Amino acid sequence: MKIIVCVKQVPDTNEVKIDPVKGTLIRDGVPSILNPDDKNALEEALKLKDQQEDIHVTVITMGPPQADEMLRECLAMGADEAILLSDRAFAGADTWATSNTLAAAVRKIGAYDIIFAGRQAIDGDTAQVGPQLAERLGIPQVSYVQNFQVQGDNIQVQRALEDGYEVIQVKTPVLLTAIKELNHPRYMSIGGIYDAFRSKEVKVWTSLDIQVNKDEVGLEASPTQVKRSFTPEPKGKGIMLKGTTKEMVEQLVINLKQKHVI
Amino acid sequence: MQFQLTREQEMVRKMLKDFTDNEVKPLAAEIDETERFPMETVEKMNRYGMMGMIVPKEYGGAGADEISYAITVEELSRACGTTGVICSAHNSLACWPILKYGTEEQKKKYLMPLAKGEKIGAFGLTEPNAGTDAAGQQTIAVLDGEEWVLNGTKIFITNGGAADTYVIFAMTDRSKGVKGISAFILEKGTPGFSIGKKEKKMGIRGSATTELIFENCRIPKENLLGSIGKGFGIAMATLDGGRIGIAAQALGIAQGALDETIKYIQQREQFGKPIGKFQALQFDVADMETKVNAARWMVYNAAWRKSAGLSYGKEAAMAKLFAAETAMAVTTKAVQLHGGYGYTQDYPVERMMRDAKITEIYEGTSEVQRMVISAAVIK
Repeated sequence: MKIIVCVKQVPDTNEVKIDPVKGTLIRDGVPSILNPDDKNALEEALKLKDQQEDIHVTVITMGPPQADEMLRECLAMGADEAILLSDRAFAGADTWATSNTLAAAVRKIGAYDIIFAGRQAIDGDTAQVGPQLAERLGIPQVSYVQNFQVQGDNIQVQRALEDGYEVIQVKTPVLLTAIKELNHPRYMSIGGIYDAFRSKEVKVWTSLDIQVNKDEVGLEASPTQVKRSFTPEPKGKGIMLKGTTKEMVEQLVINLKQKHVI
Repeated sequence: MQFQLTREQEMVRKMLKDFTDNEVKPLAAEIDETERFPMETVEKMNRYGMMGMIVPKEYGGAGADEISYAITVEELSRACGTTGVICSAHNSLACWPILKYGTEEQKKKYLMPLAKGEKIGAFGLTEPNAGTDAAGQQTIAVLDGEEWVLNGTKIFITNGGAADTYVIFAMTDRSKGVKGISAFILEKGTPGFSIGKKEKKMGIRGSATTELIFENCRIPKENLLGSIGKGFGIAMATLDGGRIGIAAQALGIAQGALDETIKYIQQREQFGKPIGKFQALQFDVADMETKVNAARWMVYNAAWRKSAGLSYGKEAAMAKLFAAETAMAVTTKAVQLHGGYGYTQDYPVERMMRDAKITEIYEGTSEVQRMVISAAVIK
């Protein structure tokens, strides 16, 4: 069985600074990590690999050369192979251009059974790349997967909803997006770290290595326009009302009227 | 000259920080309080390849270099000195001598399970009357046909009882003094081999420290490690390397206490401001940071020399001496800067101060390190 896991290197902070002109993230000086949901996606693939020897796990990302570090971490956790899609032409891509690039790379990889992706990346929070990739590849997808089981030729998953979950049976090839409830990701292992640098490699593919037109990738091919980015104003302290229920309701109505809410 | 960790070493540190913060730190106070050997943590260390990490891959280890190993013990010890020494004793004192002196059969039978994390290792040299004077061994081993028969008692054995595989030293020929000492590999459960008293200690209280008792304990002839009469040399060479592990433990304890102190002095307010705003305390922290950094480079230098195949006995002794004294000085100061709270178990620095003390004593006291260092330079 061949599994592909889509991963992304993201800044490890909630206080990412944004370039006021370009409206994009300033990554300098911010430590980078493997996107948390993607770690769950990788863990699920590695759990399958623990159970069956013939499973091959490939991690793939699109990013700058520094993403090599994150891919080595994926290898150190136990992935077999890593592919870094890195080219200046890919830079500034929105989800449309990113999924296009990833789809071209997946086609180059060839046959696969499952593609795991994280639900969404903590830097953009779009949750679009996984689903878009499935659409481009023409394969079924299940998002928000919180439980996963192989049953013969079929896969049964639980898809989390706001107030419960759906049980869905799918056939491979399929794309699944993982949420943190799916599992507890493992750590890298010491032996895995040495393997990641000594016996495994990170393959770097540029736009020339995959079947994709340059005008279909990167910023130019991205229909998303960032109009403006801003840091939301922190909310002020709330007001705690005191007294009996009747007094508090009266006070609440007064306050809401003063603010023209009612 | 380069003062930069390799990418592998950086990643080992990153992994160990993550592991320590999530798996080791939450248990540190409890295992100290209850004197409980943290078997669940050891199982996790097995899973992630820390136990036996210095052993080459062909024997089931991770094939890690000595600096990565030092970083591992350092990071574990940053939160818990007990966990640090469990890892250090297993790697340095049990795996290493079998790797270095064992036959191919011994490596397959005893080293591989240790390296794969299936078994825990320990090292038995110290006796009631043979501490720093390790040559005064009273445990004896007599060859009887195809078996060695051991009689005697070892004390203060780290991982005692918890360990499955023991490297043990005994006199095979009293008339030859240190040249009459030989090394053996013993397994838990061998008839005549029992675990004696468990020590109640000041620090590293989760670590099992026990007596080992041999009463007509018979082991196969082939369990001799190295040649007859070479035991003392094996013990000394093992301790040379073990000192890097203990130096790393001391370094980790010191760093942990320093981290706690920096956090505390920025939160604790007296006279209307955080106490970290007072220059006297800032200077204390500057001294602590300086000592910890000096210790770190000494430890890594000794580790680097060992990996590079250079002599490292003196460097390991200096690193162990300096790191241990740093750990004691830094943890004592950490308690002082925490004031009354530092003296309570509400903060981890009192435990760190108790844990630090042993690093000045085991695997050669600070006095022994000074003997080793002076002997290397005064010729």
